Amino acid sequence: MANTLSASHDVRWQWRQTTNRIMLSLCSLGALLAVLVLGLVLVFLISRGFSSLNLNFFTKLPNHMDERAGGMSQSITGTLVLLGLASAIGLPLGILGGIYQIETRGRFGNIVRFFTDVLNGIPSIVIGIFVYAVAVAPVALKNPGTGYSAWAGGLALGIMMVPTVMRTTEEMLRLVPFSMREASLGLGATRWRTMWSVVLPAARGGIITGVMLALARIAGETAPLLFTILGNEYLATHVVHAGGLAITLPRSDAPIDALPLRIYNYATAVDENQQHLAWAGAVVLITLILVFSILARFATRGKVLEEK
Amino acid sequence: MSPTTNQAQAKQASLSKNNQMSNNEEKTVEPATAVKMAAHDVDFYYGAFHALKKVNITVPEKQVTALIGPSGCGKSTFLRTLNRMNDLIDGTKVVGKISLDNEDIYDRKVDVVYLRKRVGMVFQKPNPFPMSIYDNIAYGPRIHGLKNRQQLNEIVERTLEGAALWNEVKDKLKASAFALSGGQQQRLCIARVLAVNPEVILMDEPCSALDPNSTFRIEQLMEDLRKEYTIVIVTHNMQQAARVSQQTGFFMLGELKELAATQQIFTNPTHKETEDYVSGRFG
Repeated sequence: MANTLSASHDVRWQWRQTTNRIMLSLCSLGALLAVLVLGLVLVFLISRGFSSLNLNFFTKLPNHMDERAGGMSQSITGTLVLLGLASAIGLPLGILGGIYQIETRGRFGNIVRFFTDVLNGIPSIVIGIFVYAVAVAPVALKNPGTGYSAWAGGLALGIMMVPTVMRTTEEMLRLVPFSMREASLGLGATRWRTMWSVVLPAARGGIITGVMLALARIAGETAPLLFTILGNEYLATHVVHAGGLAITLPRSDAPIDALPLRIYNYATAVDENQQHLAWAGAVVLITLILVFSILARFATRGKVLEEK
Repeated sequence: MSPTTNQAQAKQASLSKNNQMSNNEEKTVEPATAVKMAAHDVDFYYGAFHALKKVNITVPEKQVTALIGPSGCGKSTFLRTLNRMNDLIDGTKVVGKISLDNEDIYDRKVDVVYLRKRVGMVFQKPNPFPMSIYDNIAYGPRIHGLKNRQQLNEIVERTLEGAALWNEVKDKLKASAFALSGGQQQRLCIARVLAVNPEVILMDEPCSALDPNSTFRIEQLMEDLRKEYTIVIVTHNMQQAARVSQQTGFFMLGELKELAATQQIFTNPTHKETEDYVSGRFG
């Protein structure tokens, strides 16, 4: 009687039990390795790069006489400018496209979805070459010495943002209950008004998350920038007069720098000091991406309801 | 300032007039009023499914018309044809004529947006917007172009009072509408409809998701509302139909079997099916 609940005599049961244990262990191992890789990258980066990080790194341009006295301020500014330009191009396209797919359930919407999925799979270097061909080379042909610009880089990165933003927008809008739409339409609102004032705000958290993840992704892209921004060890600026104020802004029509590109250039340089700077740059870049990812989590947690 | 005062006076006047009426309404049939909406030989299709068959109905002004019938009989479908809510569903088709003040609402010249402003709708499940209580009410007037803060304040207060919700929420107008209970949310949705000042209010089982207490409050509210608005309500609850309506229509399998004064439907129906249904023999 005492043996009825024990399965020690049942070979088949023992085999099932063993399989169960092995598979669960493999799953744990997989999860552990994934986290371990990220952890190792972080530890490695920080141990190599942290010592080269100082205030100069953020505020100074590269100084080839004394690398420790110089920094990468132009790359950090450049990356931020590029993210801004990419958002200016990618966000409207992605969000409007996502709305289109929700609002029209027709065949064209499906075609759009298919093509954006394909776009998502296109290697980033191909997008870089594409932008080079349509936005850099023609300008350079007309005015030799120009062509590479922040705009071209922003365009390449913006194109890369579109699929992610469009997909998340569509999915988040789909989550908004139809009854909410009905309520608004039932009050005599137009479809656009309903979308703008009710559906979009309800989906805002999710869409912001998508945007943040898209930004996190493109912030680290190097390949599309190789063909578009050229890189620059200075920050090209110009003065804009607005409302009696003279504001110094980075030029968007001149070659600009970006963190990943600068890291690539310095990491492959002979000068050991430059290699140190590359490590430091990598730490800054990964921190930036981490910030975007954390913001993405906050955006969904905040939800929509606490406003006002 | 003065238009609102006038409105309030008009409301007061109609209140007293109707109160006198309701005293003897138990016995006598309501005085014949103007026809607000009418359906003439209406057929409705979801794709190949023939959901409504030759429905003829007249909705008298400033009365409550209840639509009852077993599930899937087409009563909600019919309700939604009255403000063209079914237009939102792909593959639907309406044949026949539905009119509002003798104007065909399916005419090509009709602007659906304007129609829905005149014929508002309260849904089965309370569906407040994810905004503050205030903004929920102000949404309708705002989309129709009202920006004046003071006028908006007045509308919010007047409609929340109209929906018997003001006292409960006046101190938390900026709070999220989702913080309200189900019954309060439904009254908020009614106030939201009132804020666009419709002529007809369609209610699609407005109490089916509510507890008895909230149901009671909404029924009371309907009694008040019909002094100014024409109401069409779909309900599964026959006692509710008997309590709130002056006219009742009985739907079965997509047909309007019978349309008569509520009292007659419940005490002396003409059709056998109606009698079976209202006496609880099926459905």
